[in-house]
Amino acid sequence: MPMLAKSVLLERLVGTIQSASALAVPLLIIAILVWGAYKRVPVYEEFVKGAKDGVSVALRILPFLLAMFLALGILRASGALDMAASVLSPVLNVIGVPVEVVPLLIVRPLSGSGSLGILADLLSTHGPDSMIGRMASTIQGSADTTFYIVTVYFGAVGIRRVRHAVWTGLIADIVGFLASIIVCTLVFG
Amino acid sequence: MINIVWLLLVGSGILIAAVNGTLDSVSSEIVQSCKSAVEFVIGLTGLLMLWSGLMQVASASGLTESIAKAISPIVRFLFPSIPRRHPALSYISLAMSSNILGLGNASTPLGIKAIEELQKLNPRKDTASDAMCTLLAITTSSITVVPTTVIAMRGLTGSANPADILITTLIATTCSTAAALIADSLFRRASAKSRSNRGR
Repeated sequence: MPMLAKSVLLERLVGTIQSASALAVPLLIIAILVWGAYKRVPVYEEFVKGAKDGVSVALRILPFLLAMFLALGILRASGALDMAASVLSPVLNVIGVPVEVVPLLIVRPLSGSGSLGILADLLSTHGPDSMIGRMASTIQGSADTTFYIVTVYFGAVGIRRVRHAVWTGLIADIVGFLASIIVCTLVFG
Repeated sequence: MINIVWLLLVGSGILIAAVNGTLDSVSSEIVQSCKSAVEFVIGLTGLLMLWSGLMQVASASGLTESIAKAISPIVRFLFPSIPRRHPALSYISLAMSSNILGLGNASTPLGIKAIEELQKLNPRKDTASDAMCTLLAITTSSITVVPTTVIAMRGLTGSANPADILITTLIATTCSTAAALIADSLFRRASAKSRSNRGR
């Protein structure tokens, strides 16, 4: 009986999470615009100004996307990914990670644009609403690029001895990955 | 590091293709992936513009400052070594707040301003201070509530509900930030202990 109650509770929780997310984008848009107007922001002019930045972001990530599309395309077409899957699957099955997500886990702490490229590739190959697509999306948002941030921030002020900063970042990455995998399996599984 | 990883991905792919005899499909895949990368970005540009525009409206209406104000007690608690009213605290709050909103472009310069202020308080200029390590812990674990680029990419690839990963992302990022802060405080205690042992 307690078992049953628990599963009903979990199901309701999952239902709530999914319907809350469905409303998120339209609500976010209206909330931002109404709040902006209330604060006397010229909403149209600011929107257009910001949209201009979107173009430069797109141009900036294109080379990274291309490099990763190329690498993953080659891995897939050569059959290397299938081979890796058959070798690694006993280990990966235990933690519930699809093999396609593994390159993302490796690149995520190293390069933000690179992992964005992998995410783009996974979304177009497997679809955004597949388990792989959802897991990859969650992983991309769960942590930031540890090595990039350590380099840029400490580089800016000339710190050479970074102490435990890298380890802390990597621990956060690993916990973020595991949490993404577990939460996605629970919510979308 | 990323250079080695990329080289390994590409190199092992081509080597294995040579062994498997799949070089034919690899060469057509190379042409195809270059084409699809450009097509993907062209499609993505519109959605990125939408989100950048909305986030510009949000930051023009002072949302970044409001969130920074709301989280400033937490920031003071996380950085006990920074004197109250020191500018470092407000830069840290602002950087965290733009991170929360997914304004990656705004949060990096603010974070760098924050670490410059922390360097002024740092007695050993070549070694990271405790406060710097905590700042890095928060930044690398990134508390992102609105992952704008991810939502744009999901919309582009035809998701029925591009934002259905908002809540899972929020849970995962909360876990990673909590882990970063716990690890940071454990490391800090360990190093304080070894320093006082050496002093004896």
